[in-house]
Amino acid sequence: MAKVEKKGAVSEELLREFFREMLLIRRFEEKVEERFRAGELPGFLHVAIGQEACAVGVCRALEERDIIASTHRAHGHTLAKGTHPNEVMAELYGKLEGTSHGYGGSMHLYDVERGNVGANAVVGGGLPATVGAALAFKMRDEPRVAVAFFGDGATNIGTFHESLNLAQLWQVPAVFVCEDNHWAESTPAKQHLPIEDLTDRAAAYGMAAMRADGQDVEDVYQSAHSALDHAREGRGPVFLLLETYRLTGHYIGDPQVYRPKGEVEELRETQDPITKLREKLGLSDEEFEEADREAHELVEASVEFAKAGTDPKPEDALKNLYA
Amino acid sequence: MPELSYREAVRDALSQAMRKDDDVFIMGEDIAEMGGSMGVTQGMLDEFGPERVRNTPISEMALVGTAIGAAMQGMRPVAEVMYEDFLTLATEQIVNQAAKHRYMSGGQLKVPLTVRTQGGAGWSPGAQHAQQLEAWFVHIPGLKVLFPSTATDVRGLLWSAIYDDNPVIFFEHRTLYGLKEDVPEELEPIPIGKARVHREGEDVTVIATGRLVHESLAAAEQAEKDGVSVEVVDPRTLQPLDEETLVDSVKKTNRAVVAHEAVTRMGFGAEVAAVLQHQAFDWLDAPIERVGAKFVPLPFAPVMEEFVVPHQAEVYEAIMRTVGRNGD
Repeated sequence: MAKVEKKGAVSEELLREFFREMLLIRRFEEKVEERFRAGELPGFLHVAIGQEACAVGVCRALEERDIIASTHRAHGHTLAKGTHPNEVMAELYGKLEGTSHGYGGSMHLYDVERGNVGANAVVGGGLPATVGAALAFKMRDEPRVAVAFFGDGATNIGTFHESLNLAQLWQVPAVFVCEDNHWAESTPAKQHLPIEDLTDRAAAYGMAAMRADGQDVEDVYQSAHSALDHAREGRGPVFLLLETYRLTGHYIGDPQVYRPKGEVEELRETQDPITKLREKLGLSDEEFEEADREAHELVEASVEFAKAGTDPKPEDALKNLYA
Repeated sequence: MPELSYREAVRDALSQAMRKDDDVFIMGEDIAEMGGSMGVTQGMLDEFGPERVRNTPISEMALVGTAIGAAMQGMRPVAEVMYEDFLTLATEQIVNQAAKHRYMSGGQLKVPLTVRTQGGAGWSPGAQHAQQLEAWFVHIPGLKVLFPSTATDVRGLLWSAIYDDNPVIFFEHRTLYGLKEDVPEELEPIPIGKARVHREGEDVTVIATGRLVHESLAAAEQAEKDGVSVEVVDPRTLQPLDEETLVDSVKKTNRAVVAHEAVTRMGFGAEVAAVLQHQAFDWLDAPIERVGAKFVPLPFAPVMEEFVVPHQAEVYEAIMRTVGRNGD
């Protein structure tokens, strides 16, 4: 099996940029929780609190023309891939200015121009198309990589296995990013995984695998960079396992009765990727507060933008069915 | 005019598109060296090579899903699903992914995908290799569904399917592969959404798909001898449906029979009957007759299989019922 070496150190300047992006995602998600509870947001919402380093570390390692496919927990990936918070928030409010123009919602955020070919609400549903995109890149001899995000729960579904098998067989430039947050909705790993090490699943297909600490954005970024290089250079797809933690419920409003008492509180103390990066950078309170103020302002502005957005006409529902 | 079999016509459309356009490629199980389980892609590996005639594992979700992903990046893949029974394995990808990406993205994406498949009884494969599932896919907004019944139609419609910017589920019928027809010298694309009137008549319209088009043409000849003039129309495209041609025909004949090989219950004919009763109610002189398979899985023993699926006789009897005569 091919071995993939991690890249060297990341500059402090870049890490500071990552910090601001991660903080923006955190504040965005907190605002989404708040507005949902206030009854302003329709639908079914999943926030990525705790998994910000995965989104930022991977997306910042991408080249401009690379693409991602996201999951039901899509806000972080979408923001990290470059969609403005205004457009994401407007989508959550069901406005025409939203990134999917009100047709998608939280679980179907698309921004094709920026390389986000869609968040998928079917677990594992976007993996085959990621292989297909990578196949197109390979057939056209374009130096691009297709990246699929998914969770540990998705590694049990058929599309995961069929996709990894075909990707490896055809040696397409794809990276499969597994955000292992240890919970498949309410079901813990010990109830849905008969193995401990998910890279065994990649090994079963002869696929190169890497692992990184999903709470350490520097590690995620370096690993993703290496995985992307490997795929881009025609050396085959890579399975990238990120160990991460969902510092919240599966969906907003999830009472998490299934979770051991105190687990979330403890993880928030020990595994918060934003706290970890803040410590690594040695940010002063003033520096933190400045970044935080900036994030809050962007998020508040996104809510104002969304609320001032245009409601679709009911009959707009009949558009966009066929090309 | 050259004569082509239905099988050769499919191959010709695929090959011509692949010669013209590097973005077109085919993928499926056993389609390369073997030339497809129905022999449709024979010789194509030699001409186009393994990059564009891609043998896949037995892995329908990945096979169809990969084609979806390539299509969203601007390729025009044609995925072959060996038997339409196996579409069930890829249904998540077709229904939730291919059909929805354009809509869910608010029009940002296109999915110019063709999924070719085939089915049909008459050779005793049993219950898992000959179903007719076309109606399932007509029920899904975002898909187009084609079911040609002759060499000319399959050639011209497959071309249009490949060059349509939407996902098209393209049904072929196994027992038609050897059927020959004079086809135009040059491939003439047939627009999606146009029915074909195979035979004009005055008394009864039979709207039939797939193999039943040919059974209906034979039944029409038989009825003609009894003094009943029958028009036979093949919609060819099930979605979008050429309602105008069907309704106009029934307004002329005042009687209708719908006929397909799939089970009658919730079959495509049910939708056609609903369209006709709504748009031609005042013109109808008899209840719309429905011909389809009996409501059981396909049995193995040839005598039972023959009994379950409809043939010329069932269409003939239905025609005669609409004119108030006992066709027995």
